[in-house]
Amino acid sequence: MPTVRVRYFAMLRDIRSAEGEEDFELPEGWSVAAIYAELFPPGPEGAIPVGFAVNQIYVRGDHQPQDGDEVAFIPPVGGG
Amino acid sequence: MFKVVSEVIDRDAVRQAVEDPAFGAVLIFEGVARNNFEGRAVHALEYEAFPEMAEAEMRAIGEELAARWPGSKCAIVHRTGRLVIGEPSVIIAVGTPHRAAAYEANRFAIDELKRRVPVWKKEVYDDGATWKPNAEADQGSVQAATQTGTERP
Repeated sequence: MPTVRVRYFAMLRDIRSAEGEEDFELPEGWSVAAIYAELFPPGPEGAIPVGFAVNQIYVRGDHQPQDGDEVAFIPPVGGG
Repeated sequence: MFKVVSEVIDRDAVRQAVEDPAFGAVLIFEGVARNNFEGRAVHALEYEAFPEMAEAEMRAIGEELAARWPGSKCAIVHRTGRLVIGEPSVIIAVGTPHRAAAYEANRFAIDELKRRVPVWKKEVYDDGATWKPNAEADQGSVQAATQTGTERP
């Protein structure tokens, strides 16, 4: 089964796992947005809006990652 | 120099990264941990980064800046971990032949950083802590913007 490495940060880590990364077995044809909805189901207040990156480059939600890719969920940033 | 560091930022090193005898101006911006947010006392800030991607995005900002203000140079260092009030969280140095461009280009760099560099800030209060996104943070549209902006080989 193709697998991607998923990374997430900040409030997403608080929700799911402090480690902030895990492997995810990738069903065929899944987009990065679909993976996000699976791992972070919307709560009563809806989903946390995120950007997506594959191999550290921003991509659109409909991007379909490949086996071995690193998929990152980027919640609203707060740097500076 | 485009770096994420977990210790106190070396201000002199950031300054030296934009040395150039052709420059008539070097402008240094420091983002500093502030003790309040909307009337609430803040005791400390905790920054977290996606370090590899944050450095790549900062480098992309530097390249965009150099294209927009030819002959200029930029260095950006962002800190992570727990900061006490008054410590710089980010230092941006921009060197240019003339001063007007230094002000414009430095402003461009911090605005872009706050919009798209994957770094997060937690404000620590008396009674808890909250992740605090930037008003400028770009979600969703980040994806469209980066089709042209931040791709790299």
